Amino acid sequence: MERMQQVVGRARAAFNSGRSRPLEFRIQQLKALERMVQEKEKEILAALHADLHKVGGGPNAYSHEILGVLAELALMKEKLPSWAAPQHVKKNLMTMRDEAYIGYEPLGVVLVIGAWNYPFVLVMQPLIGAIAAGNAVVVKPSEVSENTAQLVAELLPQYLDRELYPVVTGGVPETTELLAQRFDHILYTGNTAVGKIVMAAAAKHLTPVTLELGGKSPCYIDKDCDLAVACRRITWGKYMNCGQTCIAPDYILCDPSIQGKVVENIKATLQEFYGEDVKSSPDYERIINKRHFKRVLGLLEGQKIAHGGEADEASCFIAPTILTDVSPESKVMEEEIFGPVLPIVPVKSVEEAIEFINHREKPLALYVFSNNKQLIKRVISQTSSGGVTGNDVIMHFFLSTLPFGGVGHSGMGAYHGKHSFETFSHRRACLIKDLKMESTNKMRYPPVSQKKV
Amino acid sequence: NPYAGLVTHLRASWLSGKTRPMEYRMAQLEALGRFLDEKKQEILEATAADMGKPLFEVELSELLLCKNELHETLNNLSQWMKDKQVDKPLATRLDSAFIRKEPYGVVLIIAPWNYPIYLFMGPLIGAIAAGNCVIIKPSEVSKNTERLVAEALPCYLDQDCFAVVTGGVQETTRLLENKFDYIFYTGSPSVGRIVMTAAAKHLTPVTLELGGKNPCYVSDTCDVPNVARRVVWGRFFNAGQTCIAPDYLLCTLEMQKKLLPALHEAITEFYGPNPQESPDFGRIVGDKQFQRVKRLLCSGRVAIGGQTDEAERYIAPTVLVEVQPSDPVMQEEIFGPILPIVVVANMDEAIDFINSRERPLAIYAFSSNDKVVNEVLERTSSGGFCGNDTLMHVTLTSLPFGGIGNSGLGKYHGKFTFDTFSHRRGCLMRGMGRETLNAPRYPPYSQKKFGIVQATSKVTRKDDCILL
Repeated sequence: MERMQQVVGRARAAFNSGRSRPLEFRIQQLKALERMVQEKEKEILAALHADLHKVGGGPNAYSHEILGVLAELALMKEKLPSWAAPQHVKKNLMTMRDEAYIGYEPLGVVLVIGAWNYPFVLVMQPLIGAIAAGNAVVVKPSEVSENTAQLVAELLPQYLDRELYPVVTGGVPETTELLAQRFDHILYTGNTAVGKIVMAAAAKHLTPVTLELGGKSPCYIDKDCDLAVACRRITWGKYMNCGQTCIAPDYILCDPSIQGKVVENIKATLQEFYGEDVKSSPDYERIINKRHFKRVLGLLEGQKIAHGGEADEASCFIAPTILTDVSPESKVMEEEIFGPVLPIVPVKSVEEAIEFINHREKPLALYVFSNNKQLIKRVISQTSSGGVTGNDVIMHFFLSTLPFGGVGHSGMGAYHGKHSFETFSHRRACLIKDLKMESTNKMRYPPVSQKKV
Repeated sequence: NPYAGLVTHLRASWLSGKTRPMEYRMAQLEALGRFLDEKKQEILEATAADMGKPLFEVELSELLLCKNELHETLNNLSQWMKDKQVDKPLATRLDSAFIRKEPYGVVLIIAPWNYPIYLFMGPLIGAIAAGNCVIIKPSEVSKNTERLVAEALPCYLDQDCFAVVTGGVQETTRLLENKFDYIFYTGSPSVGRIVMTAAAKHLTPVTLELGGKNPCYVSDTCDVPNVARRVVWGRFFNAGQTCIAPDYLLCTLEMQKKLLPALHEAITEFYGPNPQESPDFGRIVGDKQFQRVKRLLCSGRVAIGGQTDEAERYIAPTVLVEVQPSDPVMQEEIFGPILPIVVVANMDEAIDFINSRERPLAIYAFSSNDKVVNEVLERTSSGGFCGNDTLMHVTLTSLPFGGIGNSGLGKYHGKFTFDTFSHRRGCLMRGMGRETLNAPRYPPYSQKKFGIVQATSKVTRKDDCILL
């Protein structure tokens, strides 16, 4: 208990000193983070490669993890002065002569718990928002992506204020200890089950939370669409990072008459992307560890494998796999797959697809492919999800003007860009009146007559 | 699970989609307006029976504030409901990106007893405006108003989508076992923890409007009679049973000497020489609460008031002096007509005093010197802040109302209520064509491809030249 209490206590004392509040200080810290990402690019990519077999020298890891971070840093530095400025609001007759505005203030000490699948960006992006909003931040990277966790623990203290932004490493026992401390906001990225644990721990201190969870993100393919294009985009989003993406299209819903064509198109795209021998493609990642390897492989049991299915435990390799005629009751349709296995569940109509989606927990993302704009609008209006991309997958994540977050079991709260700044800020209502002008107040004082009313 | 049937019924109505069209929401909101108008007399009588609420206070804090929220919502709903288009960087310029506001589903509103109409109606207006189905749980402590709401309100609303549930702690506990899509709770921090813990089991998002001790700092340079009136008004409104009432006063000994006669003057001006006879001064809501508040009178010394009458649950407008931070009256939110004065040496000591305690729902600072007011504002943290007055920030629907830390999480009023009960869904609509533009992102990866990705999607600093 001692260690966590000390770390958090120091962060709180540092916050209380007030030094994280001036805009100049925040921007200076953000600039330092920028230098860190630029100077230590090689080390970061090497850690990502060691953890997930993400392409070290190439653009894959860079574009997914580092580019996003640099973009967020640039945005924050640019916009911070305007976002942090008090927002004057509409007044009524009684307050006409007063100053009324919303002040943006830091919350205090924020806890960021990262996940292992995009281990760098998923601690960095929340950290950037929390720093920009003026908070102290305790960073807890996922221990599953151990190389990145270790690197983050080494690098942050070299570039940032050590007391305000400590990194804590460790597994379940350490995280449990950490969650017993009092924070002013917790942003957790991970799974639904642990999300409940985090919220319950937060409840003890009345700490607001942002939970970025997961679920099974459905992908509906309409008969009326360019299948080649649709399947290429879906293939890209499904198999990137070996399927270990919270907003990957988890499963496909489509008419049985196009199931065969969908399979053919995906197969062709896989060839285009990874070549004849996927295993030797430098662009195809691996499952994070043996436990998840076994879990994902187990989902193939009893399924019709239309493509793929090859696996190699030693390297945690699972080939890009497609399953057809999948039954809604099967194991692969019960949990978030988080692997390179794509089930196709046949449905006879868009109504059936909508009903199917609505009978399950609200997902983090929803995808629909169709040339028919009305159909897309209908699917969106009649379902709920964290976010949506129409006629593509994943892409809504990259638009920082869109709030990124879940709903229901896929999470609560949102962040990215200005939404991060607002998530980590307290919006304080301020009304400043004059001590004079008392006559206007007399109307509200007792003793009361009907006229006053 | 005694409420499972009700929740299932409401969820089925929710899934049918009937609460989503704007016309439906407007019709339900108009009906709420009719409830306030047609049941006005009953509301006056119920709140008078519950806590001796003076007519003026009901008109202002229960009816007018509700009507303001209603009109603001009806006037702006179509605007609020619209998809919000957002900026897009170069890569997605040809696409459409927007934020869609969507209802959560079946929401639960748990209301307290002190403003028993306003504090369920305010959230309810936003919940309906946002397209949800709602279960309302009024407080059993304000039992006359509870009965009125349970009997009369359902007649005005679509009973397939909106229900009132009554009961005490046990019933509320059973109710909280069900899965809701949002829970809005107004009450105490301790029960707030219970609500949030129950919500965590279902990953239900919450807004908690809680409380605390709202400090009121009075500097040495101020117009004493005006300060006294504004403080007295805020403290003794609803017999002190207001979550944003100034809970205690901080000032120097010199200021205290000037304030006491001014406070006495203001109290007499408002309530007459015997406040018990004034129709403008309320009563404590129940015997349990009366006993609790009465016990706080033994802290320090009574400088003004101090009289009580158990039969009427009357406690006189009271000011206590010689109060120590360790006294009972400084250990809990008072929620009664008692104003303790804690003497400090200067503004710095007042700020330190405030900052060593839980963050309150409101902080008040009085001074004719702007700098003093601003310094208190800047060096403290609270849900909201009002300089040179009390309570008034809550009357502006353009200001968010909520707490921080122990005083709560989330905010509402005006559009903020609509936003509270809406899920903001990020939507990106792409075209199927122009697939070549996507080519750079696909494997096999290459440095050249990456260069294009970077150039078309990064956010540049204003002064950077893209051509370089």
